[in-house]
Amino acid sequence: MVAIIGSGNIGTDLMVKILRTSKTLTMGVLVGIDPESDGLRRAAGMGVGTTHEGVEGLVNHPLFPEIEIVFDATSAKAHLHNAEVLAAHGKRVVDLTPAAIGPYVVPVANLQQHLDAPNVNMVTCGGQATIPIVWAVSRVVPVLYGEIVASIASRSAGPGTRANIDEFTETTSRGIEEIGGADRGKAIIILNPAEPPLIMRDTVYTLSERGNRQKIAASIHEVVANVAKYVPGYRLVKEPVFDDVTVRMPGGEPVEGLKTTCFLEVEGAGHYLPKYAGNLDIMTSAALQVGEQIARHMERQAAVTG
Amino acid sequence: MPYTPGKKIIVNDCTLRDGMHALAHQYSVEQMVGIARKLDEARIDLIEVSHGDGLNGNSFNYGFSAHTELEYLHAVKAELKHARLAALLLPGIGTIEDMKMAREAGVDTIRIATHCTEADIAAQHIATAREMGFDTVGFLMMAHMIPTAELLKQAKLMESYGAHCVYITDSAGALLMEETRERVAAFRSELECQVGFHNHNNLGLGVANTVIAIENGADRVDGSLAGMGAGAGNCALEVLIAVTNRMNIRTDIELYPLIDGADQLVRPIQQRPVQTDGNSLMLGYAGVYSSFLLHTERAAQRFNVDPRDILVELGRRKMIGGQEDMIVDVAIDLLKQ
Repeated sequence: MVAIIGSGNIGTDLMVKILRTSKTLTMGVLVGIDPESDGLRRAAGMGVGTTHEGVEGLVNHPLFPEIEIVFDATSAKAHLHNAEVLAAHGKRVVDLTPAAIGPYVVPVANLQQHLDAPNVNMVTCGGQATIPIVWAVSRVVPVLYGEIVASIASRSAGPGTRANIDEFTETTSRGIEEIGGADRGKAIIILNPAEPPLIMRDTVYTLSERGNRQKIAASIHEVVANVAKYVPGYRLVKEPVFDDVTVRMPGGEPVEGLKTTCFLEVEGAGHYLPKYAGNLDIMTSAALQVGEQIARHMERQAAVTG
Repeated sequence: MPYTPGKKIIVNDCTLRDGMHALAHQYSVEQMVGIARKLDEARIDLIEVSHGDGLNGNSFNYGFSAHTELEYLHAVKAELKHARLAALLLPGIGTIEDMKMAREAGVDTIRIATHCTEADIAAQHIATAREMGFDTVGFLMMAHMIPTAELLKQAKLMESYGAHCVYITDSAGALLMEETRERVAAFRSELECQVGFHNHNNLGLGVANTVIAIENGADRVDGSLAGMGAGAGNCALEVLIAVTNRMNIRTDIELYPLIDGADQLVRPIQQRPVQTDGNSLMLGYAGVYSSFLLHTERAAQRFNVDPRDILVELGRRKMIGGQEDMIVDVAIDLLKQ
């Protein structure tokens, strides 16, 4: 059984996904701080346990002893407190905030390495969409540099993202390096206000050693298909574009290599959030995948030791 | 509020920042230093030095500059006797770390740019810039895309975060003369802080609209030598000063060094003429971000499609500043048709 802290857009969408699609996870409690929030009202209406007293309310909830995994969809600051409380009770935590207490996880690339981690972090929406591509290239040829451009609909960028946009660029850049396997990472985010809102688009550029283009393309296609298993609206919209280039980055020497460009689109499932908000959907979908894999891993371990 | 006789207009040069676009970010340090010296001799108020897309703009998406920003900033700073040094930053591309680097390099004025509807992503940067002691400017880009009343709301947000000046930034060079007048007049009557105006010459209105801005109360205006900037270039600085001199608008800037700089230093290094020709006219006509020009011409050549079709499609898709990645996306789609 799982709980979700945060009854805003992300927490509520994740709850709906668990209720509608998960065969592994049982939705226990949705935790908020505002009794009037739409998320808590919906949860109650769907027979889900609720509390509006934050993590303390969760600890005191009758279902708490049964809760094994807690998703945190609050803020980086709130997560520091929540994580401390949950760790004291030995609960596994999937952190959707930028707090990053635990290791970054992108399911397709490195989840298997972190199934035992008490706390894992979901990087950023742009990271979930683009790091798989950098990783797909770097498992074929060494990647010297990975760069991503994430374009999201203005309406899908909440106040938290807006108030600290540097967190997105900095965290995503680190994820491109640590999980994607690029020597250097760079991330750019654009908020486009067009009406009707545009579906999330992501462009990934890698500069790698000159490798076999067919192998690189095949690796990318395979990874995209695997991400699409847990994010159904995830698509490569063009064949990868390859260019042999000589790049001179400022302050450096000219480097010969292969530039690979991938154009992606992420359409949301439309569970609680609108379909254009692929950036939010990919976070909740990836977090659900992480929760399910951790739950199965816990079951397997219980079976072995039991 | 019309121009008050005797009011000193602050002029911000963009030759070394917006002009980076026109050279695909390839100025040598010597070229920058030579131009900065001329601008300083002319007693320009502010000289902006950054990657064309702002601090930390170096990327596949926007192009890599020939030198690091720190090299350019240090070299230009060392030349300045009169002018103050400015830098541009776009939240989402550059971060507060880059602002710190700029401050340490001697930058006095930081200009924080967002798309015209997204001022709130700059709240943290503007407030931090004030704490760091910067002369702080908010820069509302693609200002032709929303009505004056909505633009003013965004300007008030930037003012509330602490901006000393908020700019109407006509990034696509698409504003008509009446649209310029209306926006500047509204800003001037509703804001307490200074009002600025930056534009591009894509519809041939670079100098004209800047004069309209001054006549309607703008406190700061931008220009570049020989227009050196993205698309058809910016308001040509030497032309602007010639006109303001004739109109008895006070800038305290010397005309001849600007003319010399434009003719002797800038035009000779232009690789593609910076002018209102077919493709740059299309930017203003379709309302597309000016720095898309060279990227579009390259994509058109590589995929053998008409650059005008790319620009019109980018306009139709409502792409905004920074979405250079979508140029190749559009070119491939056109190729398939």
